[in-house]
Amino acid sequence: MNLEAVIGLEIHVQLATRSKMFSGAPTVFGAAPNTQACLVDLGFPGTLPVANREAVAMAARFGLATGGRVAEHSVFARKNYFYPDLPKGYQISQYELPIVSGGAVEVAVPGHAPRTIELTRAHLEEDAGKSLHDALPNATGVDLNRAGAPLLEIVTEPQLHSPEEAGACMRSIHQMVTWIGISDGAMQEGSMRCDANISLRKRGDPNLGTRTEIKNLNSFRFVERALRCEIRRQGEVLRGGGAVAQETRLYDSRMDATRPMRDKEEANDYRYFPDPDLPPLVLESGFVEELRHTLPELPGARQDRFEADYGLSAEDARRLCESRATADYFEAAGRACGDMVLAARWVTGDLAAALNRDALDIGASRVGAGELGALLARLREGVLSGKLGKEVFQAMWSGEGGADDIIAARGLKQISDTSTLEGIVDDILASHSDQVSQYREGNTRVFGFFVGQVMRATKGRANPAIVNELLRERL
Amino acid sequence: MIEFSLAGLRRALDGGEISSRELTEACLRRIEERNPALNAFVTLCGESALKEASRADSGKAADGPLAGIPIAHKDIFCTRGVRTTAGSRILDNFVPPYDATVVERLAQAGTFLIGKTNMDEFAMGSSSETSYYGPVLNPWDLSRSPGGSSGGSAAAVAAGLVPAATGTDTGGSVRQPAALCGITGFRPSYGRVSRYGMIAFASSLDQAGSLTRTAEDAALLLDSMAGHDPRDSTCAQRPGERYSAALSPMSARALEGVRIGVVKEFMGEGLDPRCRQVFSDNMATLRGLGAAVSEVSLPRLPLSVAVYYVVAPAECSSNLARFDGVRFGLRESGADSLEALYTQSRGAGFGEEVRRRILVGGWVLSKGYFDAYYLKAQRARRLLANDFARAFESVDMLAGPTTPAPAFAVGEKINDPIQMYLNDVYTIGAALAGLPCISVPAGSVDGLPVGLQLMGRPFAEAEVLRCAHAYQLETNWHRLWPPGTTAPFDAG
Repeated sequence: MNLEAVIGLEIHVQLATRSKMFSGAPTVFGAAPNTQACLVDLGFPGTLPVANREAVAMAARFGLATGGRVAEHSVFARKNYFYPDLPKGYQISQYELPIVSGGAVEVAVPGHAPRTIELTRAHLEEDAGKSLHDALPNATGVDLNRAGAPLLEIVTEPQLHSPEEAGACMRSIHQMVTWIGISDGAMQEGSMRCDANISLRKRGDPNLGTRTEIKNLNSFRFVERALRCEIRRQGEVLRGGGAVAQETRLYDSRMDATRPMRDKEEANDYRYFPDPDLPPLVLESGFVEELRHTLPELPGARQDRFEADYGLSAEDARRLCESRATADYFEAAGRACGDMVLAARWVTGDLAAALNRDALDIGASRVGAGELGALLARLREGVLSGKLGKEVFQAMWSGEGGADDIIAARGLKQISDTSTLEGIVDDILASHSDQVSQYREGNTRVFGFFVGQVMRATKGRANPAIVNELLRERL
Repeated sequence: MIEFSLAGLRRALDGGEISSRELTEACLRRIEERNPALNAFVTLCGESALKEASRADSGKAADGPLAGIPIAHKDIFCTRGVRTTAGSRILDNFVPPYDATVVERLAQAGTFLIGKTNMDEFAMGSSSETSYYGPVLNPWDLSRSPGGSSGGSAAAVAAGLVPAATGTDTGGSVRQPAALCGITGFRPSYGRVSRYGMIAFASSLDQAGSLTRTAEDAALLLDSMAGHDPRDSTCAQRPGERYSAALSPMSARALEGVRIGVVKEFMGEGLDPRCRQVFSDNMATLRGLGAAVSEVSLPRLPLSVAVYYVVAPAECSSNLARFDGVRFGLRESGADSLEALYTQSRGAGFGEEVRRRILVGGWVLSKGYFDAYYLKAQRARRLLANDFARAFESVDMLAGPTTPAPAFAVGEKINDPIQMYLNDVYTIGAALAGLPCISVPAGSVDGLPVGLQLMGRPFAEAEVLRCAHAYQLETNWHRLWPPGTTAPFDAG
């Protein structure tokens, strides 16, 4: 049986607002339990929600950035269910009339052509708190720091067909929300979580099979791994002649398997209705237009521009646009040295490797864009050879100072003075007469040997172009 | 002679005829004498009230327009450090850490709290019998109900225990008890007064109001209560007005040019003929003041009780979900699972009427029934509001009796929810449309008071209060005291 997976994602993005979705409490991650919750978050009798304007603007920015429709009129609704980490007994969300409908993102799996994945909607809602099952002996604790944190739930159409595509889709949305500055995208802090809907069908069948929903996947890797397991499981069920049960499942990363959620973790009728405490959310068109003008150049457009204006390869342009900070860094370094291709090579090469080695974001790079630019300028000017450039970069990375300081301190300045080099070249040719004869007999491969000897004699500082020229003249 | 109204007491305090302490002591004496029979209070704050009174007398307190006057708050308004029960066992131990906006604003005006008044549990009821703290009785006849849900506030003001009290009106909970207790009950437009700190029953209907001896006193309280509150998104973005200043000057033909529409649908079957007579006398009085009285029809009004008993329970079923025994309120011990903790705490904490409405509300919101009940009720509510809007194209104010009959006996309707619900048939319409409305004492049937209800356009509080004030300048019904009750300070 040739089966095809059909996958749709619901991605919850925590918005980078200063206060919560419906209260003035702060949203600092990692604070002591229940220190980031006010009476509204605790659901105290008599308290009322007030929608956070900043969160509303962020949701609208997402809609504009992905080409969706930003609703002039959207409605907050209550999703009713009981759970100790849900203080009011309902979650304020949006149901029938979300703030954003439609839109699309580009999804690229390495080695495959990029695909456009359509978005169904994006809506605002508040987060729930957290149950702490192991914090207290014989009791469950509840931490409401996260309760009321602002979330944007982004729902994709079921247009993804592999775990890799699903992972790439989540990455693409991560790129977009951090690019437009509406989320810090901190995966390890739970700033982005994903529920995946997955079903299998016979390839070519226009109808969808029965789906399961895998809840609460909090990394790109887990999305891919959980979907791989679930595709395998559903495939076995179907090939064995069975039927997939429509249910909600959890991914257990230790077992690398999905299992059904216990019944009690799942309510079946949320009794949605418009929240009478919150009037419909009305956005004047002027407000939305103003937001449109504040949007930065978006990743797709910037990638295209890098290719067209700087002559970069599609792959380099894509890598440089993985985050806005990287693209900004690259352009600043390129401008500083006057060579965009050289900058692209270094940012995707030595810099990326160093960041990766130290597990740093580009924003925390030990070498700033201007500093890297200064180093690259020396390479362009021929003051420094490419090999020594790497050495200087590593020294800069270890905090030894700027490129020029290190070049001076280590005496690394390239020797381009012809008369000095002539003396060295002549000495080497004189002391290696065997190799000279070999060369003259037609074994041109020994040319490299002479270059190496000159470099050794100058501790790598000789200007290779001049050395080549001098050797060729003499040989 | 000192008149026991906010306006009268203001004059007496300013003129040095009494001190705030003397006033507060007089109220506390009366509470001590009469409250054991009336059961109007859930919690008393005598000691702190006396302290506040002394501060006012020594000039140490804020010098607001109501400085030195003790008032009562319905036990649905959160009061910092003072237990707030909403008449429910589930909140028997609940002490809020904050003041409701209404409480805060009236304190800024200089009032202080003498006690929290009894009420139907979570304001669900029309007789003040569903309270966990026992029924409130009507000072005009202790075998009768004062109405509800703000029955404690109404009884306390009617018997002279306090000069004024706050209430809340979801479907008539201020106006109906005011009518049955012979006092003035005022419900401002939805959104005129902040709901922040008012324990929610049905959010789209709940509105803070007042129970006072006169419309003038209602205006004095509204001066301080009204205005935008950034903590309540449904609170109107318009500043409050000086409502009391708009009451004067008042000529003998004060209502000249005011067009009053008698709601035809109120006058049909179900209205006690004696109340019908009272109402027709009331219209004659208004005509005498210059008003043009005509009949108008609100064709969808007969739907209002049905609409209300879908919308209000739906909202209440969700609003009351937070009472789960986890963070505050009653928590039954011995539950061996999360579900047991919920069912045991809520089962023991809520009374029968509240449980009934939660069930109805859950039902009308559930899958498969939502469209047929909740959505249809919302559509009907909009049509009803349109009826009101159309009526206000030809008249300035609507009038009708507040209740179909005078106070009923305690126990008479408590086991028949439909009969109880029908007692609100005249007050629910204006609540669904969010209109400002008032009930003023307007006559007597068998020695029991009955009320006249006036309803205005949205945010026409000043007009409604002015009309009611003109009526009270012309009549004496609001000056009557229940049998055996003398006006405080009257006997000397």
